[in-house]
Amino acid sequence: MGYPAEYRYTKEHEWVDLDGTRAKVGITDHAQSELGDVVFVELPAVGTTVNQGDTLGTVESVKAVSDVFAPIGGKVVEVNSELESSPETINTDPHGAGWLVMIEVSDPSQVDSLLDSAAYERIIAEE
Amino acid sequence: MRTIFDYRKRNGTGGILPELDVPAKKTTDLIPQDLIRQDKPRIPNLSEPEVVRHYTALSKLNYGVDDGLYPLGSCTMKYNPKVNEDVAHLPGFASIHPAVDPELAQGSLSVVHKMSRLLCGITGMADVTLQPAAGAHGEITGMFLLKRYFEARGETQRTRILLPDSAHGTNPASAATAGFSVTEIRSGADGLVDLNALSGELDETVAGVMLTVPNTLGIFEENIMKITAMVHATGGLCYFDGANLNAFLGHARPGDMGADVFHFNLHKTMSAPHGGGGPGSGPVAVSEALVPFLPVPRVRLDRGRYYLDWEKGQSIGSMHSFYGNFGVFLKAYTYILTLGDEGLYEAGENAVLNANYLQERLKKTYRLPYDRLCKHEFVLTGKGIADGISTLDIAKRLIDYGFHPPTIYFPLIVHEALMIEPTETESRETLDRFAEALEKIASEAQENPDLLHNAPHTAPVRRLDQTRAARNPILTYPFGD
Repeated sequence: MGYPAEYRYTKEHEWVDLDGTRAKVGITDHAQSELGDVVFVELPAVGTTVNQGDTLGTVESVKAVSDVFAPIGGKVVEVNSELESSPETINTDPHGAGWLVMIEVSDPSQVDSLLDSAAYERIIAEE
Repeated sequence: MRTIFDYRKRNGTGGILPELDVPAKKTTDLIPQDLIRQDKPRIPNLSEPEVVRHYTALSKLNYGVDDGLYPLGSCTMKYNPKVNEDVAHLPGFASIHPAVDPELAQGSLSVVHKMSRLLCGITGMADVTLQPAAGAHGEITGMFLLKRYFEARGETQRTRILLPDSAHGTNPASAATAGFSVTEIRSGADGLVDLNALSGELDETVAGVMLTVPNTLGIFEENIMKITAMVHATGGLCYFDGANLNAFLGHARPGDMGADVFHFNLHKTMSAPHGGGGPGSGPVAVSEALVPFLPVPRVRLDRGRYYLDWEKGQSIGSMHSFYGNFGVFLKAYTYILTLGDEGLYEAGENAVLNANYLQERLKKTYRLPYDRLCKHEFVLTGKGIADGISTLDIAKRLIDYGFHPPTIYFPLIVHEALMIEPTETESRETLDRFAEALEKIASEAQENPDLLHNAPHTAPVRRLDQTRAARNPILTYPFGD
């Protein structure tokens, strides 16, 4: 699976799709593949304010429970409630329907500190 | 596999009650109407032999340390000597009521008192409580002790606990449950605590660090004296998770390394059963400064008589009903006295020798991410054995070779981790057979991967769909009626 060039990435394997001041956030294909079958997702309440790097939620697989970190700061305005009943969407479509939260971004320039797809792909190739 | 309830419709009976020698009364005259159940209880009506055969059949499907190697990393599944059981079953111990007058329980109280002194000697700590029921219970006890200590000193701004990523998984949960926030400290490339990362986090908001010694990679923190000195210099305390005590038993003492709190797992290091055979026991030893905060009651000795001291003072209170899991103390006490100083020293030495023996042989076949002398356990990775083969497949295939699989997917800092702890009670012959099995599995992974994908083939239960079980758990028994 390819890594969309318009997304930005973190070393902790989250992606951000920034559109104006709205950022959609999820975990990468590499992250879901390392985790294995996802069985439970815990997301923040809508309205929660997060700073860049804060824990945003957790993704639990049969192997491990992993924190998801906010790749960008702001207010959580929407969460993907579909994941409650179908957490496997993260495995089948991590960069699309398996998104986690939508953030109203406080400072869009924070995205500049993140990796582009080429840099991210280099990192996972080294792992 | 049948459960006991699947026999339910039979009309057997386990025994015949004698004739009543008092007048019969109706249930409705004795119990309030609203408390009387309307449905028949679901009790299987079976005869004694049917019950015995059912459970004996189930017990034959079990695998325990009496069957063979159980190399579950981080768990110290050592053999449990049977003499421990003999002592725990002596009628004077086994039949005593926990609420009996302490004057009539002098023998039992003396064991508690002497056991406490032995554990202080083994750790070089000032005092100990035997109350906690297991390791994580010891951790939360320790965290409460830290909290109360800083409250007493008026340092309530100390709200953070620093935790290396190579610590036991329960540590962060215990710290958070006690009301601390947790900051993770990354390990360096050598698998040890990164001193710069630690120093960057240490300040007056830190209550302490929780170290697993040796850590979950089976590596001893070589800088332990530096680490504890750094933490103490900023006013914090050092908690040692002692689940891995087997690695330095009789060789070194946490008290000498600067530990302020240290928990034992008597059901690991001191050979009491666990893993379904429990209960456990997680005594907590402390340095001088924390003694006033230990749980009550304390067992004390005054002019030749033992008594329970309930004086609360600054104590965090009681952590367990009565005085903890007494039966486990007896087993551990027996173990310590049976082995003595020299025996405990040898147990630690052989635990490390066995782990290194296996590590050196297996690293030729499996990748060893942190390649150095290990203590009582080591962590391999299943990565790179063959395409499409996961550590889970390797572990399941081990069952076919008659071994309990090691811990897998932990610690998280090693991808596809296989965490192996053989313990000192295994012979070289057993270790060789285990290594051979893992080597064969590595070749099978290349030649016949489906053999691994579909394993186990010989166990009473085949590969379980753990994903489905986690996504759609059925937590009740589906009665057919």
